[in-house]
Amino acid sequence: MLKYIFLRFVAMIPTLAIASVLIFTIVELPPGDFFESYVAELEASGETVDPKKIEFLRTEYGFDKPVWQRYFQWVWGMFHGDFGYSFEYERPVSELIGSRLFLTMLLSFVTIIFTWVVAFPIGIYSATHKYSMGDYGFTFIGLLGLATPNFLLALVMMYFAKVWFGTSIGGLMDPQYINEPMSLAKFGSIMEHMVIPVIVIGTAGTAAMIRRIRANLLDELKKQYVITARAKGVPPVRAVLKYPFRMSLNFFIADIGNILPAIVSGAEVVAIVLSLETTGPLLISALQSQDMYLAGTFLMFLAVLTVIGVLISDIALVILDPRIRLQGKAQK
Amino acid sequence: MNKGASDLLRVEDLRVAIGSRENRVDVVKGVSFRIPKGKTVALVGESGSGKSIIAQTIMGILPDVAEVTGGSINFYDPLNGDQPVDIVKLSRDGKQMRQLRGGRISIIFQEPMTSLSPVHTVGNQIDEALLLHRDVSKKECRDLTEQMLALVGFPNPSRAYDMYSMELSGGLRQRAMIAMALVCNPALLIADEPTTALDVTVQAQVLAVLKDVQKKLGMSLLLITHDLGVVANMADEILVLYHGKLMEAGTLEDIFHYPEHPYLKALLAAVPRLEMQPGEKLVALREVTQPLPESFKERAAKRKHAPEDIILRVSNLSKSFESKKGSRLVSSEADRVIAVDNVSFSVRFGECFGLVGESGCGKTSLSKMVMRAITPSGGSIHFNEGTRDIDLASLSHRELFDIRKRIQMVFQDPFSSLSPRSTVLNILSEPMEIHGQGNRQWRMERARELMNMVGLSPTFLNRYPHSFSGGQRQRIGIARALALDPDLLICDEPVSALDVSVQAQILNLLIRLQKELNLTSIFISHNLAVVNYVADRVAVMRRGRIVEVAPGHVLFRDPIHPYTRNLLQSIPTTDLACPLALGNTDILSSSAQENWDEQFIPEGPGAEMEMMEVGKEHYVLVRPNCDTTRLVA
Repeated sequence: MLKYIFLRFVAMIPTLAIASVLIFTIVELPPGDFFESYVAELEASGETVDPKKIEFLRTEYGFDKPVWQRYFQWVWGMFHGDFGYSFEYERPVSELIGSRLFLTMLLSFVTIIFTWVVAFPIGIYSATHKYSMGDYGFTFIGLLGLATPNFLLALVMMYFAKVWFGTSIGGLMDPQYINEPMSLAKFGSIMEHMVIPVIVIGTAGTAAMIRRIRANLLDELKKQYVITARAKGVPPVRAVLKYPFRMSLNFFIADIGNILPAIVSGAEVVAIVLSLETTGPLLISALQSQDMYLAGTFLMFLAVLTVIGVLISDIALVILDPRIRLQGKAQK
Repeated sequence: MNKGASDLLRVEDLRVAIGSRENRVDVVKGVSFRIPKGKTVALVGESGSGKSIIAQTIMGILPDVAEVTGGSINFYDPLNGDQPVDIVKLSRDGKQMRQLRGGRISIIFQEPMTSLSPVHTVGNQIDEALLLHRDVSKKECRDLTEQMLALVGFPNPSRAYDMYSMELSGGLRQRAMIAMALVCNPALLIADEPTTALDVTVQAQVLAVLKDVQKKLGMSLLLITHDLGVVANMADEILVLYHGKLMEAGTLEDIFHYPEHPYLKALLAAVPRLEMQPGEKLVALREVTQPLPESFKERAAKRKHAPEDIILRVSNLSKSFESKKGSRLVSSEADRVIAVDNVSFSVRFGECFGLVGESGCGKTSLSKMVMRAITPSGGSIHFNEGTRDIDLASLSHRELFDIRKRIQMVFQDPFSSLSPRSTVLNILSEPMEIHGQGNRQWRMERARELMNMVGLSPTFLNRYPHSFSGGQRQRIGIARALALDPDLLICDEPVSALDVSVQAQILNLLIRLQKELNLTSIFISHNLAVVNYVADRVAVMRRGRIVEVAPGHVLFRDPIHPYTRNLLQSIPTTDLACPLALGNTDILSSSAQENWDEQFIPEGPGAEMEMMEVGKEHYVLVRPNCDTTRLVA
């Protein structure tokens, strides 16, 4: 088992190396660099730029060197905690992302918990009461949630929150708390502002999850071992939770791998609509303005989290499901 | 009304219906019977006769679509002072029903592979029953469970406790199920086809275990089965169920010696027996006797060969599978599993060659190699195509394509081997389309003929497989195999998924078609009586090797190899005069070689073994240079 985990870690190295090359290439791919688009933007607004200053910046950040050299500089820096400099924000990338990371993770985490708390009971109910009125009702609502674009839902909810409750729900806290140290009042404000983003971001995921839990559980409910459990005299609810539900969880554990990067990237479009100070909008603007170190670091970060997430879910599957663990032996 | 004292369960006028109010179907139509204390009652009937529904009603685990519409099931629990409890009146998932279920009445199912949860240990699942019904501590619980595992014949109960069901063989899984059912000392055990999915030797072991624990625990047993051989060896009383109605009930002797109802008589006549005379025919309940269409007669006449000509010669055929152990990332030492080990045999034109063996002995791998569905690791398969002799083992895919027309297969499972999305017409004409035979009109005509040939109406051609019964589907499967007019037909367990009455029908159909079409066939089965009925010569396989080959009547009368003898001993027969030796410990350790004559055991690992002739066309696998005269005597 330890050997397995160790080997998986070793296998991560080439994966990440390939990912970093791909990311760097993609970020480099559009013609020009940040300075060109910066100059163009300034000239469009009628200002003049000193070409010498631009030239100086270019040399300073190594843009005159060949691409492969810059790539290794970037990778080397990352190993030392230096993720480069964001030209647009004129701050180191690590500082920029770090300040937003906490709120992003908090928001995503609450969203995921919300998804689970809502989806699991409804999914189990739908499966055990297949084709009942309740099942049809939840299916309808679920499909509605799945079909409505998140940003639209965000706009609608923002409107009604303003009209009915008179609260502005843009942002993740009231304006006076921004840049304040954390306090109980600030935390309360964050929580209050979080309700709508969580619901907006969570609906689609919840709806999809209900469908998947229902489908997986329905497959398992017909299996013989469920009847065995009932024949033992196990009460119905426990019989469902201990056997078929436990078996239908594999998809869910395998899903953890996707959750990790999602926690950090946040829902970009919704975040822009609701003007949340999460990392999502940052990534989008960085890609637009060719702020290459910010964008590259961000994408790399997502790649690392994806690989770790998949590793965690694989290890969890091996631990939790003896069928996977013992496969080698059973084939004897 | 003190009659109840000797009865454990009395079912009176039980009626069960399935379906919603508008289209309700009665599946149990007024059944009454009793189960005496400590006795075994067998419930016999075909699939669909309602026997499992009765079991589920007694257990209170009927599916939601089914409903009891009348009658009563009174359970006289000795622990409850023999006071009757009407199970029908209890709420299905109510507390009282749950206490009876698993505690006082237990059930074991047909499918040992799926009736245990794969993600919980065996011990955990047995403990659960104990903890639900008895007031015991965790520690006592483990002790009791291990005792029970020992009782049902687990050699190392404390190790078995922590194992998962996938680590156990089918027979051991079924024993684990029995342990789970019995751990609370129930008054009644319902065994729903407990051995149908098991090999004969394992079946004998499981039956022995059931009989043994029944004696030790003094419980009653309701045995549901369609195997009359099992019934003859286990039951005290018999109930015969047909279409939801009780046809006949009585003691074992009465029923077997003096069957009255025509259905029961027909059922008894439809079971293939080992002591059948050559040429004796089974009587199927519904025989298929359509004449052969003209177009098939022509080719059949062309297939005439001298009886000694050989159509298929397999020499030194081997197949090993690689299964990787440990991590998937680094290919560590690969485990070689030898499925077929140096097998040689030959099949003559027009004969039926039987291949018998238990699951995992390599008989299916062997048949797949002859089909070239898998490629052999070594050896050759010479196939006489009429004009030339071809080695199938070394053919390229292009060359194989033409040969495929000559060799066709009938599969075991009639339910999964027909695509549910194709009409019967599509199923039958697809092989002809693939091989570019004829035009649409011709294929249509041919499909009609095929349907006639297997005794189905050509008007069914536009239906989908789900609207047919198991036996009808198997007939479609046979028609499909015959669509290309092959020379060699491989039948892989063609009747093992079918009821006894249907089985006789399919067997008779296969025999008749083989004779009329001049086909050669390889008939694979784990059921020795079935093979005895259809095959001219029989090969017995064990662990990838053929251990004995002989003409059918010789093999079943004078088996030489100890494994063959063991197999024959394990078959339950309907003859009451020769019951299975269920008390015999030999049966419990069938795979062991200890008691074998040393001539049958290789001298060391990997040592040579040879097929030696011991009689006319009778070969046995022994050590080289063995003195065979001693074995025959």
